[in-house]
Amino acid sequence: MNLGVGSVVKTMSGASCSVSWKSGGSDKVSDQFPAGLRVLVVDDDPTCLRILEKMLRNCHYEVTKSNRAELALSMLRENRNGFDIVISDVHMPDMDGFKLLEHVGLEMDLPVIMMSADDSKDVVMKGVTHGACDYLIKPVRIEALKNIWQHVIRKKKHEWKDKDFDQSTSVEDGDQQQKPPEDVDYSSSANEGNWKSSKRRKEEEDETEERDDLSTSKKPRVVWSVELHQQFVQAVNQLGIDKAVPKKILELMNVPGLTRENVASHLQKYRLYLRRLSGVSQHQNGLNNSFMGHPEATYGTMTSFNGLELQALAATGQLPAQSLATLQAAALGRSATKSAISMPLVDQRNLFSFENPKLRFSEGQQQLNNSNKQINLLHGIPTTMEPKQLADLHQSSQSFVAMNMQGQARMQQNNALLMHMSQQQQQSSRAQMLNETNNGQVSLPSLSMSQPAAVLSRNSIVDNVRGPVYNPVPQTSSMVDFSLNQTTELQNNSFPLVSSNSGMSTLTSKRLLQEEVNSDIKGSRGFPPGYDIFEELHQQKTQDWGLPNVGSTFGTSDHSNMPGTLDVSPSMLVQQGISSMKKNGQNGNSLMGGPQLNLFSGGNLLTVKAEQLPDTSYQNTFFPEQFGQDDLMSALLKQQESVGQVETEFGFDGYSPLDNLPV
Amino acid sequence: MERNNNLHRQVASLRQSLFDQGYVDEQFIELEELQDDATPNFVEEVVTLFYNDSARLIHNIDQSLEEHPLDFAKLDNFMHQFKGSCSSIGAKKVKIECTQFMEYCRAGNVEGCKRTFQQLKREYVVLRKKLEVYFQYARQAGPTDTASYRPN
Repeated sequence: MNLGVGSVVKTMSGASCSVSWKSGGSDKVSDQFPAGLRVLVVDDDPTCLRILEKMLRNCHYEVTKSNRAELALSMLRENRNGFDIVISDVHMPDMDGFKLLEHVGLEMDLPVIMMSADDSKDVVMKGVTHGACDYLIKPVRIEALKNIWQHVIRKKKHEWKDKDFDQSTSVEDGDQQQKPPEDVDYSSSANEGNWKSSKRRKEEEDETEERDDLSTSKKPRVVWSVELHQQFVQAVNQLGIDKAVPKKILELMNVPGLTRENVASHLQKYRLYLRRLSGVSQHQNGLNNSFMGHPEATYGTMTSFNGLELQALAATGQLPAQSLATLQAAALGRSATKSAISMPLVDQRNLFSFENPKLRFSEGQQQLNNSNKQINLLHGIPTTMEPKQLADLHQSSQSFVAMNMQGQARMQQNNALLMHMSQQQQQSSRAQMLNETNNGQVSLPSLSMSQPAAVLSRNSIVDNVRGPVYNPVPQTSSMVDFSLNQTTELQNNSFPLVSSNSGMSTLTSKRLLQEEVNSDIKGSRGFPPGYDIFEELHQQKTQDWGLPNVGSTFGTSDHSNMPGTLDVSPSMLVQQGISSMKKNGQNGNSLMGGPQLNLFSGGNLLTVKAEQLPDTSYQNTFFPEQFGQDDLMSALLKQQESVGQVETEFGFDGYSPLDNLPV
Repeated sequence: MERNNNLHRQVASLRQSLFDQGYVDEQFIELEELQDDATPNFVEEVVTLFYNDSARLIHNIDQSLEEHPLDFAKLDNFMHQFKGSCSSIGAKKVKIECTQFMEYCRAGNVEGCKRTFQQLKREYVVLRKKLEVYFQYARQAGPTDTASYRPN
């Protein structure tokens, strides 16, 4: 594991490491690297503090100690870049260690190691769910401290990915930025933060309130004290994380001087933080699974898919290695478009962000499981492509969704990684990927499609994710719940969606990617209805492809797609999509549940639509996703046989234009 | 020279008895290994720190045990802190009492808590004396090759 990390650092050293020791030492990580690691130790127990300080110093770390959590927090705030990692006791009189952990996670995204003499499972679990990257049982031994630098590397790696992704493309970004409605805006903004480049994110963190280009201008800076944050969390919990909009939170908090914008930005951060929590667990899990030997691979299904595509192309030989970059850009665009395709995407994202909080509050464990599972799924798809895993995926389209959701955030990152990887000409991996890539292409549409579904079924996602791996039971239960509660809502919303489907089919503009998309779908299965949807998405995508950084374009296109697909006016769509998305998302789960899967066997999307969908248009949207899954399944199953076919079917021709595209 | 050797032997045997009689555990060795030229008396420093700081906790627990009814949550919290400190210096026997105390706390056993705490305080004091003697001899003997410090 450590080796893996180290190698990553080496290979990607050029990318960007802000930390001092990294810039110089990245080439020879093993030499001095951990020395000089800036550690902040927080413990109210002077004995422990002293011992820890000494141990850390013996590890050649640069140690700062604090016997009070508040003090530590203010030190961190004053010197945001002054520390690489935080080690904190759990039980402290002035501030619970978990609170500190939460603040650090919210405000500076540093790795935090919790420690306590309390080794009960509950507390350890709490630490992990709150985002601790490690949990040490007292007495802490120096051996445990010698390794803590790995957490820093892990974090940096992510940042690096962020940056990279940022540079290469930020399609998702664009998408989200485009989102109009206010409530939506918040959620999207929260998401936005996630996908945004680390630079951006950092800026945002520094200036809490400044980030939102769309709706918010600069506001007076608010210091989120522990108390204030607690009030905030209480309000959010009271409202329910998915229903918590800044205005309501503000009302509940009832703090004079606090503006809606303050709350909005904090909410965004909070969501970001919640997301990170899941991310943390992901990493930890992911390391084991690293795809292509890179831990990063763990992340996004989307990314993996994109990467697969690219690599597949490369493998095919049609695309020169250099073109990979372009392809990647294109892939990014594509993925974005796909996401765009699914109207729910916006909602999904929102849901997504909501999802984590929910999980976290109500079911911390579930979260963990989620992340774990997701990871597995992701891995399984790109790397192994085992039929079983696929089956799992099929079983729960939601799991796909979940993957997508989290994956999306990191898709870009992953893409960047892939870029690097490909650039580094890891031919062997590519070759291996070929089959997978084919599959991946097929799956791409499905994934994008599935996203909406996932959105709809956010809770179910969690459960589902969990289900295959851990407990199958939860899945069903959750699904049932949702359906009962939210069925009505779905119907209302569904209407526009239905129309949208038809609209999708009608809309067939010709673009480079269109063919591809179609071919992909066909390759996997020939579902006419699904095609249309894809085409639209692709069209928009194609435009984006030309430009590596098409983020804004994408966003617009997505939106436009949304309206276009839906009969409802754009604004309507957005609002519905967004606002309803949340609700729908839950509803969606129920929909997703059994019927959809069955539909696959049914064969044509059209039939599905006609028969089952009449009631709820939403399902239509979902179906494509499901189909995609089916496609994946079939593709996977046939993988070996149909590889050749797949390639042709996929229509690499479509890609060829990409080569021509300026990078 | 001869005298010094004797001293070292005495120090070594004192130290060994701390382990043999179960007063300290391997964490104590961990601390010893942290000693270096910069902090030659690190173990003693830490132990002193522990006794200075834990007096406050002991006092708090004593007071809490006088309350009616007992606030077990509070006691547990105090004891948790205390246990953290104990375990950090490798105070094995005291730590065992801590664990026992917390078990009684969680079981709501008032008598058990009080009885255990008395026992805890005894162990706490005994250890202090033992360590004081040991450190005194160790200081007199001067710096020793760490190898001779190793138990067994």
